[in-house]
Order: sequence, then structure tokens, then C-alpha cells
Amino acid sequence: MGLFDRHAGLLEAYRDVRTTGYDPFQIRMERVLSPTEAIINGRKMLLVGTNNYFGLTFDPSCMEAAIEAIRAEGTGTTGSRIANGSYSEHVALEQEIAEFYGKKHCMVFTTGYQANLGLISTLAGEGDQLLIDADSHASIYDACKMTQAEVVRFKHNDPSSLEARLRRLGDRPGNRVVVLEGIYSMLGDSAPLREFIDVCKKYGAYVIVDEAHSLGALGDNGRGLCESAGVLDDCHFIVGTFSKTLGAIGGYCVSNDPDFDILRVTVRSYMFTASLPPSIVASVRQALKVVKARPELRTQLWSNVATLYEGLAAKGFKLGPEHGPVVGVHLPDRMTAIGFWRAMLDAGIYVNVAVPPATPNGVSLLRCSVCAVHTKEQLEHMIEVMTGIGRQLGVLDDRTLRVVGGAR
Amino acid sequence: MIVETDGMTDTLERARVSGQSRGEVIREICRHLVPFQTGERPITGDTVIAKDLTIDSLAIMDMVMELEDHFDISIPMNVVAEIHTVDQLADTIQKLCARR
Ligand SMILES: Cc1ncc(COP(=O)(O)O)c(C=O)c1O
Repeated sequence: MGLFDRHAGLLEAYRDVRTTGYDPFQIRMERVLSPTEAIINGRKMLLVGTNNYFGLTFDPSCMEAAIEAIRAEGTGTTGSRIANGSYSEHVALEQEIAEFYGKKHCMVFTTGYQANLGLISTLAGEGDQLLIDADSHASIYDACKMTQAEVVRFKHNDPSSLEARLRRLGDRPGNRVVVLEGIYSMLGDSAPLREFIDVCKKYGAYVIVDEAHSLGALGDNGRGLCESAGVLDDCHFIVGTFSKTLGAIGGYCVSNDPDFDILRVTVRSYMFTASLPPSIVASVRQALKVVKARPELRTQLWSNVATLYEGLAAKGFKLGPEHGPVVGVHLPDRMTAIGFWRAMLDAGIYVNVAVPPATPNGVSLLRCSVCAVHTKEQLEHMIEVMTGIGRQLGVLDDRTLRVVGGAR
Repeated sequence: MIVETDGMTDTLERARVSGQSRGEVIREICRHLVPFQTGERPITGDTVIAKDLTIDSLAIMDMVMELEDHFDISIPMNVVAEIHTVDQLADTIQKLCARR
């Protein structure tokens, strides 16, 4: 048997994707010009698939902070914090994030993936029960493979489905640990967090919330869904990433647990990998300041979300269930999604294409992520382009078009 | 008198739900698997779910979630990973139902 024979199914799907002539998994950005534009295949493209929600990758103050840190402390730490020690910047960043959430403790990881992987697999061990949303991110699923805890999935965003599973556990011993996400990365929908928290309280379950896509976007101070749902005190752990709104790379978790520091000597994905370089830590610290100082970025983001979501909905596209910084456009099947994605690239617009098995319920999607610094013109242009392609590919049915046409 | 009858129905109901007959369990599993059937080959106890049917691992997990709710049991993911055939899935469901 060949080494890749077991991946034959995936290989076939991958071949399908590449028949378009472009490989969506190997797109080369020849030059990135700004948070919203890059040169791909020799031409300027509008970027609407970057998770760069506040557009901070080119924020001059964040860039300066990173450059200064490189000059002062070099390019990398060349080791993990337990072996090579922490730089003052790591400790300062942890204090600032803890303060941002009003929590006592924070631990910074080299990626958000590693934060979920290490934290979840450490908090739930043998004899415990881990309950995860069916649409959880890969990092959460992978954490489940690393623990002896029993893992049970509940229906996506369905507190009654979670409740049924907690109830069935009865009085069996073991901690119940529930993992939720603030905003889900494929369809941009957010969890009914308050209802989930009520269920968790009723059954004495611990709650971990991953705010990867909601940091900055939700809450009066941008702390995420925990803040906007008013349940910051009820979430035992909040996890997040620096790779989206904060425009860099890295992950974190915060908590009030008095024994928090045990994590530093038990979480393997923290202990056995190099810590973040000084430049990244410096730009993240600055980005957090920008998030606090410029709430108008959040307002702009949601106003852009409304423009794109309502614009596409009016043309008859089937979208995710609610407004979110991720706008998922449903397409009937894998090949249509790939063809649509390719046609958009030809028209100068880059979005993400998401097809099974990476998507929930086997759906095929164009995944658009909105940026606070997209202009209204850019988004309106995108809606026009997508409408044209949608008609060509027969994705938009004629009836919708007539209704829209008649309304004009 | 009325109270007695009520108690009776209750007991019968519980017996019906917890002591699932083999046939009932297999029928329920097949109901969920039929959409993934390939060609003419019937689904039997020996059907290897991931191999003989066009169902991916995510769809298997989603089907398990439906079965969990139908039988009011939970089947942990690591247990699902060990299940290959329809018979094995039925065994697991019957065992968990009996333990309930
Ligand atoms: C929900 C969720 N959690 C965690 C991550 C991982 O974040 P990072 O890019 O920092 O590894 C992502 C991003 O891919 C995500 O969408």
C-alpha cells in the first residue's frame, strides 16, 4: 500500500478543485499592497477573504512597534518560554490581555490552534466529559483526539441538544467541559451564548469559549461574544487568536482560575514550541491599543457587513443565517463553488472557497470575510460581479431576478 | 384507578424505550443510512458503514447524533471510531439503552 493510498478520496476532491486551473489552496500573493488589495497572477485583486477584520496588518503604529522591537531585541526567541525564559514583552502582553478582559490570568501561545489544542486536552482528562459543538474548528476536534476524556458532539448552536447530553450523563463522576465559539468561521453565525451558559450552570459544567472571529467585532469594548452576551464572568476560559483582528499571529487564553499557572507546566503545546518573536508581541500589544482606542473600526466593520450581506441577499443569494464578519454564500455543489470562485478570481476578487469535508453538513460555500477598511464602492462592485457570475452559472434563479428587476 | 392506569402506561413506555429490540434498532439505523446506499447492494448487519456506503466521516458523526437523540443515549466519539459495521453500531446502541 502506498503512503498516500488512504487519502485517495481527498486526492480526488483536490484534483477536482484544481481542474479550474487555479489551486485555491496554493494561491500566491505576489505582492500584498494593503489589507484589501494584493497582486495575484500579475494583477491587482480585491481581497475579501483574509480574516483581517480591522485591517490592522498595515496599521502604521503596529508596523512601527514591530520594527522597533526587532531592532531592540532581535528577530526571534529561538526557544520555548519554559526553556529559554520569557521576554518582558511576553509578560507585558499577558498582563494587558488579562486586563482587557478583566480576568486575573492570561497565557500566550504561538498560535490560536495551539492554544485550543493544548488547553482543551489539558483541562479535560481521563474520566471527564468533553462536549463540543458539531461545527467546531479543527483545532478543537484535534484537541479531542489528544485526550482520554469522553467526547460527545451536540447539534450546532443548539442549547437543548447540549442539555440532553448533559442530562444523560446523570450523576456519573468527572468534570463536564463544554467548548463553544463566539462566531463560527464558515457561516459567520454566533452562538446563543446566554442560553448555553444557563444550561452549563444548571449542570455544573465548565465553559471554554473561543473568540477567534469575535475579538474586536463584538461587545462594547471588543472583547467578543462573552461581552456582548453579558457572560464574561460565567466563562471559565476564553481563548482567542492574534491572527485575525489583531493582524499578526499567536493565541491566548484568559481565566480567573486560581491555579491557572499550572498550565505553564502541563500544556505541551505551550511548553514544547518556540515562543512568539518580539516583533509579533510588540505589534499585537499595539494592535490591542488600537482596538481599545478606535471603536469606530467596529462600527465600520458592521456597516460593511450590512452592505455586503444585504446586497447579496437582495440579489437572491442564500447566505449564512445572520450578519457576521464572515459572510458565507451557499452554492449548490462543490464544482459550482469552485467554478464560481475561479470566475471571481478572473474578475479580480479574491474570496475563500470552502467545500466538504471542511464544511458543516456537506455544504459548499464561498467564504467572504469583511474588513473595516473595505470601501463601500469595493463591496458594491463585488456584489455586482457576484450577481453577474451567479446569473451566468444559473445560481440565481430567474424569479428572484425579475422581482429585483421589478423593484428597481 | 386512573392513577394506576397512568402508572402502568408509564412502566410500559419505559420498557419499550429502554429495552430496544434488535429489529427496531437495525431498522432505525438503516433509515438513516439508505440515502448513502450505493447501487443495488442491500444494507445488512455486515455492511461496513464507511466503506460500503458513500458516507464521509462527518456525515457518520451527524447520523450518530440523530441516533443518540432517537434512543436518548450518548455515544462518545472514541466509541464511534471503533464501530465499523451496522451490527456493531446496533450492539453499541442496545448496550447503552440497557444501561440507561
Ligand atoms: C474558531 C477558530 N479557532 C482557532 C483558530 C486558530 O487560530 P490561529 O490562526 O491563531 O492558529 C481559528 C483560525 O483558523 C479559528 O477559526
